[in-house]
Amino acid sequence: MNEELKAVWASFFNWVMGNGPRPENEVIPAEPPPALPFTQKPKDKYSRFHEATLKERYSQWLEIHGLHLFSVLYSGVSVLLCIVLVSLLLATVAELPPFGHERNPANNEVIERYVKHGGRETGAQNIVAGLILDYRAFDTFGESSVLFTAAVSVLMILGASRRNSLKDDSKPHTHDPESGILQRGPPLMHHDDAILRGVASLSIPVILMMGCVVVINGHLSPGGGFSGGAILSTALILAANAYGFGKVHAFFSERTFIVSSSTALMIYALSKGYSFFTGANHLHSIIPKGTIGNILSAGLILPLDICVGLIVAGTLYGFYALFSEGDM
Amino acid sequence: MLEKLLLNHYEAAAVILSGIGLTNLLLQRNLIKKIIGLNIMDTAVYLFLAAKGYVEGRAAPILIQAEGGGWVTNPDVYVNPVPAGLVLTGIVVSVSVTAFALALTLRLYEHYGTLNIDEALMKMTEQQEDIEAKISQAEEDVLA
Repeated sequence: MNEELKAVWASFFNWVMGNGPRPENEVIPAEPPPALPFTQKPKDKYSRFHEATLKERYSQWLEIHGLHLFSVLYSGVSVLLCIVLVSLLLATVAELPPFGHERNPANNEVIERYVKHGGRETGAQNIVAGLILDYRAFDTFGESSVLFTAAVSVLMILGASRRNSLKDDSKPHTHDPESGILQRGPPLMHHDDAILRGVASLSIPVILMMGCVVVINGHLSPGGGFSGGAILSTALILAANAYGFGKVHAFFSERTFIVSSSTALMIYALSKGYSFFTGANHLHSIIPKGTIGNILSAGLILPLDICVGLIVAGTLYGFYALFSEGDM
Repeated sequence: MLEKLLLNHYEAAAVILSGIGLTNLLLQRNLIKKIIGLNIMDTAVYLFLAAKGYVEGRAAPILIQAEGGGWVTNPDVYVNPVPAGLVLTGIVVSVSVTAFALALTLRLYEHYGTLNIDEALMKMTEQQEDIEAKISQAEEDVLA
């Protein structure tokens, strides 16, 4: 009885586990003998190597070794090129006039002219400001336009596609395991950091004031529109990091950036065009030069500095916002 | 020659920096590192220009008040103001170009999932071949 019960249980257990009785006519296939290493068939590519013509051999050899050879050659040639270039330039540098000597050919009559008459003609105490915003103001206008154009291009490249993809889903950033392509999720939320917020609330007003001082004193001291604008943009970036992009968005959005920058560029172009027109034609200009050393002096340099500062601040903050959030 | 190079050490450093930048630009396969190489070359140019404008023992080109009122406009007192303007132009253009290149790189990364220019080109060719195969398949279907 006990033996029978055991056999029943065993068969039941086998049935549950799927190990049914082996069929009587089962054929167990014989295992193939292990292949010896030297009997393995060579690849097709190599098999007919000795029968191929010289041209075929050459193309096969290129196919196998070409990329490696090219990369080695490329690295070698580029290192050689750089060494030759640097040694040629060093030989040239050795023949240059001594560093910091006052008789250097770079310190010629152009500099004398700028220093002697620059203050009287432009009204700027800072000769560099007079140089870049009066004598060569159209060059600076081009620079501001380049910066603005770069910001608009980055906005085009990064902005449009992301805005569409952000609306769709709320998944985090993930990589597609097969193709490795980034599936973009929503923008990374800023961490609500009490220390950062405290420091930001103390330092942002100071940074903003510093930026305004550098912009407004551009014709009196080192600085000007570009450096002041960069300082202003750091205040905006700090605010965005501490309080989140939404808070900055409330007063500085893409629309604000486009409007303020285009307005600043227009004011720059029109006022400088007027100044050049009257100056070149010896007409009476309504823009006074003022006395050197006052804040309200140097004619157009102060408003032009403010225009450039607005453009630079917007552009640099725009770069940061676009690269980190994909939106402005 | 070494003495002369030591005399002009700022210019020599600028030249070596530009060589490093160019090597980076040629040899790096990572696009971000290529852009960094470009920026190193930019920096070399700024250093060279600033070194050319410097004159030993002179003040920055901001007019100094003379003792009896008025301003010192003697050109022997100030350094060369022109390189400062040139470097400003260079910095602005470099910032713009860097931002544009980084934006393009970001899009490339989103599309191909790699920053390596070789891998990206390989994937680009694969996708092109896929498309061509699909087009020829469609043509055969139409003909059949």
